[in-house]
Amino acid sequence: MVQKAVLTGSYFMNGDDACCEGAIAAGCRFFAGYPITPATEVAERMSERLPEIGGIFIQMEDELASMAAILGASWGGMKAMTSTSGPGFSLMMENISLGLCTETPCVVCNVQRAGPSTGLPTLVAQGDMMQARWGAHGHYEVIAISPSSPQEMFDFTIWAFNLSEQYRLPVIILADEVVGHMNERVVIPPADKIQVINRKKPSVPPSKYLPYRPDSDGVAPMATLGEGYHMHVTGLTHDQRGYPVMDDVAQEEMVNRLVQKVRKNADRIIRYETFFLDDAEVAVVAYGISVRSAKRAVAEARERGIKAGVVKLNTIWPFPEKMIRDLAGKVRALIMPEINYGQMVLELERCAGGLCLVRLVPHAGGAIIRPERILTALDAALKETA
Amino acid sequence: MSTKKRKATLPHPHDSLLRTDRIPHIWCPGCGIGTVFGCVLTAIQKSGFPLDDVAMVSGIGCTGRMAGYLNLDSFHTTHGRAIPFATGLKLARPQSHVIVTSGDGDLFAIGGNHFIHAARRNMDLTIVCVNNFNYGMTGGQVAPSTPFGAKTTTSPFGNFEEPFNFCSLAAACGAVYVARWTALHIRWITDSLSEAMQKRGFSFLEILAPCPTSFGRRNKMRGAVDLLKFFHERSVVRNQIDPKDAVLDFNKHLVVGKFVDIERPTFLDNYQLINRRELGDWPALERQVPRPEKQAGG
Repeated sequence: MVQKAVLTGSYFMNGDDACCEGAIAAGCRFFAGYPITPATEVAERMSERLPEIGGIFIQMEDELASMAAILGASWGGMKAMTSTSGPGFSLMMENISLGLCTETPCVVCNVQRAGPSTGLPTLVAQGDMMQARWGAHGHYEVIAISPSSPQEMFDFTIWAFNLSEQYRLPVIILADEVVGHMNERVVIPPADKIQVINRKKPSVPPSKYLPYRPDSDGVAPMATLGEGYHMHVTGLTHDQRGYPVMDDVAQEEMVNRLVQKVRKNADRIIRYETFFLDDAEVAVVAYGISVRSAKRAVAEARERGIKAGVVKLNTIWPFPEKMIRDLAGKVRALIMPEINYGQMVLELERCAGGLCLVRLVPHAGGAIIRPERILTALDAALKETA
Repeated sequence: MSTKKRKATLPHPHDSLLRTDRIPHIWCPGCGIGTVFGCVLTAIQKSGFPLDDVAMVSGIGCTGRMAGYLNLDSFHTTHGRAIPFATGLKLARPQSHVIVTSGDGDLFAIGGNHFIHAARRNMDLTIVCVNNFNYGMTGGQVAPSTPFGAKTTTSPFGNFEEPFNFCSLAAACGAVYVARWTALHIRWITDSLSEAMQKRGFSFLEILAPCPTSFGRRNKMRGAVDLLKFFHERSVVRNQIDPKDAVLDFNKHLVVGKFVDIERPTFLDNYQLINRRELGDWPALERQVPRPEKQAGG
């Protein structure tokens, strides 16, 4: 019996499972992965769900192969995903770079755990934020997004696929162990209420097709396997024909295209949410699971008469520079809680440009940040700027 | 010597399969890769497969450049990852015939783990390994294929490691078709390629190829024909023998031939078998991809 792809309804579901349902709702029919805590549940559910709907699940020999396989599947015409955690994410960097260079749509879900190295496999961290941005070799722009709940694991995975198809690049979901393993209500809407974006296909015949000639949005239409376009795809620096060209002119044109297609569309890509920000004197800028600690801290601060607000970063990369710059001109301080020893706070400081105080609430990993610590930081920041 | 470009008066029979605007190629004079590439092109032409349904995936290295000259869907991937990339490609569109072409270092050093698992799964791929006994692209370093005692830039006093027997490894891992030839055995290579392409499952071809520039000149086979002469004198055909006995001994002989030709269900055969058993009316994997009209106006 062929099962439904979109399981419309209301469920009590963990984040990893919700990620799978989001992927399938977005049209993902290929998953290649390797078991790793705390992302294993994604592979487990995909191994059951994809065969049910006629898709392909394959457990590869490692994460190098998993990442290579989803790139291949994407060029084979399927929407494809893998999931992993820190050590596996490190192994995927090589082929994430190939995916960026060859402009291959796919989704990588990193359910983060505490590192470095094997670290705390079963416990939370947000330590791969900069690895998502700079971990692969060479220069490029990435898109990375960060869910805070199982519902967002569903919604954001659909969004990740749409971004990857629209802008032709691997999109990274920076989830974490708590969001992945937490069970909450997840509402899956009817299939016709879910917006699904598919990659642009060439409208010209093969003789006139240039695989890497971008349209005005900076993105080139994508021919895939067996469509008769006989395209060449290479991780070498290539021209618009897709042919290797070993000089700085071709390099400039290619890297510029990879960078500009994200930078020029940043306003369309970036999403964030604000809470109690209108009259805020101090704002907590948070992402992922730490948003929930931030909201609790701000609610308590408000009860004590502190005018605090929250900015929830849904997009991590590209970073919302303009919004932070504007906000920094309005508040006395920006506080960033993150389960690492200071990664995104560097971006926050850069974008705030000295217009206000910026303070980090760090955590090395293994537990979420307690709201009291953020509350203390709010108090301290206000005293410091009094 | 005239600097004028000679104009070809007759088209080469392989022209339609070549990205002729990318010629001249990068391979050195005397290299065996071009010979093998020619055999691959002939085998593709002979296969009768619709050309839109043939694709090539290659890794990194001299042989890895083959995909760049083939005027079909062609993918030049990362070092060692041609097989897992091809795995995704094949599974996404099972009606495509996917040929993986790469070198000994790419397939068996950095990509060794992928090779053994794809063979175990009987992934329906045709793997062509051009074995030139060293890493040619980077200037001739020691490889998992370098003979014991041979000199390379990273074994200046002679290789102190033993090489793999790739054919034996492939057979042990479950390959359904295994053959080895030298770059001199052009008809045998082409015939083996034709058989391998028709074969459902993981088929493996090893071609011993001269690399005078990097390997030959450090091992007293400096001339372009020295290595070919060596292959001619030392190779012995032993069809159907156990590939573990198909020894490559530079001091005695190089055993070539077709060693394995068996039937075994492919990954997709078993994927469908299990899913049909458990899930009933399981959908066919082959999806029809709309083809553009090639002559249509732009």
